[in-house]
Order: sequence, then structure tokens, then C-alpha cells
Amino acid sequence: MRILDMVGNTPLIELANMAKAFPGVTVLGKAEFANPSGSVKDRAAKAMLLDGIEKGLLTKGKTVADATSGNTGIAYAMIGAALGYRVSLYMPANTSMERKRMIRYLGAEIVETSPLESSDGAFRAVREALAREPGRYFYPDQYNNPANPGAHYETTGREIWEQTGRSVTHFAASMGTSGTFTGAARRLKEENPNVRAIAVQPDSPFHGIEGTKHMASTIRPGILDESLQDDVVYVTTEEAYETTRRLALQEGIFAGISSGANVAAALKIAGAAPAGSVIVTILCDSGARYLSDRFWDPPQTEGIFDWNI
Amino acid sequence: MAKILIPTALRAFTDGKSEAEAEGKTVGEVIAAFAAAYPDIARHLYDEEGRLRSYVNVFVGDENIRGFGGLDAPVKDGETVTLVPAIAGGGAGRA
Repeated sequence: MRILDMVGNTPLIELANMAKAFPGVTVLGKAEFANPSGSVKDRAAKAMLLDGIEKGLLTKGKTVADATSGNTGIAYAMIGAALGYRVSLYMPANTSMERKRMIRYLGAEIVETSPLESSDGAFRAVREALAREPGRYFYPDQYNNPANPGAHYETTGREIWEQTGRSVTHFAASMGTSGTFTGAARRLKEENPNVRAIAVQPDSPFHGIEGTKHMASTIRPGILDESLQDDVVYVTTEEAYETTRRLALQEGIFAGISSGANVAAALKIAGAAPAGSVIVTILCDSGARYLSDRFWDPPQTEGIFDWNI
Repeated sequence: MAKILIPTALRAFTDGKSEAEAEGKTVGEVIAAFAAAYPDIARHLYDEEGRLRSYVNVFVGDENIRGFGGLDAPVKDGETVTLVPAIAGGGAGRA
């Protein structure tokens, strides 16, 4: 077995304790932290790089370059190391230390961009680098590459369909590139048009939910397909933090912030869903990626961090 | 008068402006004056109880104010206050 063969086929975990308040409704989390580099991004990264190799665009000696807030970068770095390609990643300087270190230890290079401009700044910076030396790079362009949602259509969506014994009724996922949402929702709706696909969005353009994009205020990913969205559920950063802590304390699942946002949304959906509903969401990555974050410590007063310590 | 650098995510509320000036002797006062000048911005910076949201990182110059008195940290005339969402924490990262 090779490391790349370990991508996908992740477990679907029932969140029985957190969903106890909703009798008859099942809430399931797809354990994407079980992928070899630790996040859902392994699926898209693997698909895009193998697609580039197959099409002759990624050849030996070329450097893989892309904009990423971290997890895709770690996935590229892992695959680059395994297959023998250099990797150069453009990311906002406020990306967590854990991610930057992991990327460097996997042998990839990091180019930091302005933290004020978030992922859009990284996106523009990588495009400028490509314009300067177009022949040097393979640019997967995760925001616009159909192989990204294609991976989730072929794997994530199919796995959810099979693992729920064809009983899934709702699929909810936050969006960064929108690849997971778009690909998995497309597959599930093809299998059963009655499956409801719900996009999870930060409530504010100024938010702390890592890896998610507030679509209304940022550069629209080319792969986004709004026609798949039956509904949008908004989650505050505080709700995402609190639910991330509850996942650890009540389910024993040590996951990251976007997983908390997804589960917070899934529980909101569960509150309004009829008995018999099977709600599936994504546990995008591990909480170990956020160990230096402050939100793990319970707030000093109800829901709030005390600013004056 | 202090200069505030406005993150892209908040520019929709400042007519696209990337910088603003605001009066105040402390970081808390400067941010409050900024929020008062652009009323739509307040709910993105403050919670229902009027406290600065926990994931907002504030820098004076290059220093994160968490280590320098928090919102009571003094701001001198002409200094730059930067608001950065704590996305991906570590928090101290600046370009």
C-alpha cells in the first residue's frame, strides 16, 4: 500500500450524544481527519495532482504552486513528497503555526501573504507568481479545477450514499473552495433528488471559522454551483468554537473549527427535521491542527473571552 | 489620531476604504471611534453585550495587544492599529 491509497473511505461516525435532543433524527459526521495528511483536502489534492500528471501538465521538475489556508497545502506537501515534486504554497501569514510547520517538515515551501486579505490575497499572489514564470509551475487552482468537486462526486458523495445504506436525507457542509459541498451534493442528488443539500456559511464576512469562505463577500470559486443549494445555514464563530469543544467533550471527537461549524449547522437542521431524517456533515480535520488556538479554553464568562488578561 | 488598517472582509462596510483614522488614547477607544464612524461594522466587531469578539486580533504597530494590556493598551498619535481575524490562530502572524 502507498500513502496515496489511504485517501478516502473514511468512517461515518454517529453523533449520538449531541443529537440526543432530537429523537428519531440521526446526525452523522464523516471523519475526514482520518485521511493520511489529516484532512478532507487529501481527496481533492490527490485528484488534482493525478489529473495533472495524466494530462501531462505536471511533469518532473515542475513545482506545484497554489493558494491555500493550510489543509490543501499539507495535502499537496504530502503528495509532493511521496511522488517527488517540489511544492510552493501561498498562504495568509495568520495561518496557524502547526500547519506551517507540518508543511515545512513535509518539504514544501511557504510564501506568506497579507493576513488582512485572507485567502483572496493568497489567491492573487500565486497568480502573480505564475504570470512571472509560467513554465515553472503546475497550478492545480483548487478554486476552479473541476477535478476538485469531481473527487467528492466520485468518493465522498458515493461513500456517504453507501455508508448510510441509501438513507441520507440531508447533507450539510461548509465551503472553502466549495469542492466538498458541490461534488458530494451533486452525487447525492443524482442518487436521490430528495436529498436536501445545505450550505454552511459564516454569519459575518469577518469571522474566525478557518477554511471557510463567506461567499457573498469574497472571490467566487469557479467550481461553486449554487443550483445545488436547497438552503443556507449561518453559523457564528462563537457557535463554531462552542460546538468544537462539545465534540471533544461529549463525543470524544477532537476535531477542528470548521467541523464545529458543520456540526452546529447539522444540529440546527436536526431541530427542524422530521423523525427518520439522516443528516450527514463533514468533520474536516483534527483539533490537533489548532492546538495553539485560544478557543479551547472555556470562556471566562458566558461565551466570551476576557480581553483584559 | 491613530490609523486603522481595515481587513478586506470589513471593507464592504467602509465604502471599500482600506484605512481610516480614529481618535482615542487606548486601543479600545480607537476601535470604538472607528465603529462609531461606520455603524454597520459594529456587529461584526462586537458581540450583543458590546464586547469585542473573541477571535478579533488587534495589533498596535507590530505588537499583538493581548500581551500589552489588551484594549487598555495605549495608542500614541500616528500609530497604526490593525484588525485581523484570528483565523488559524497562532494569532501572532503578521506579513
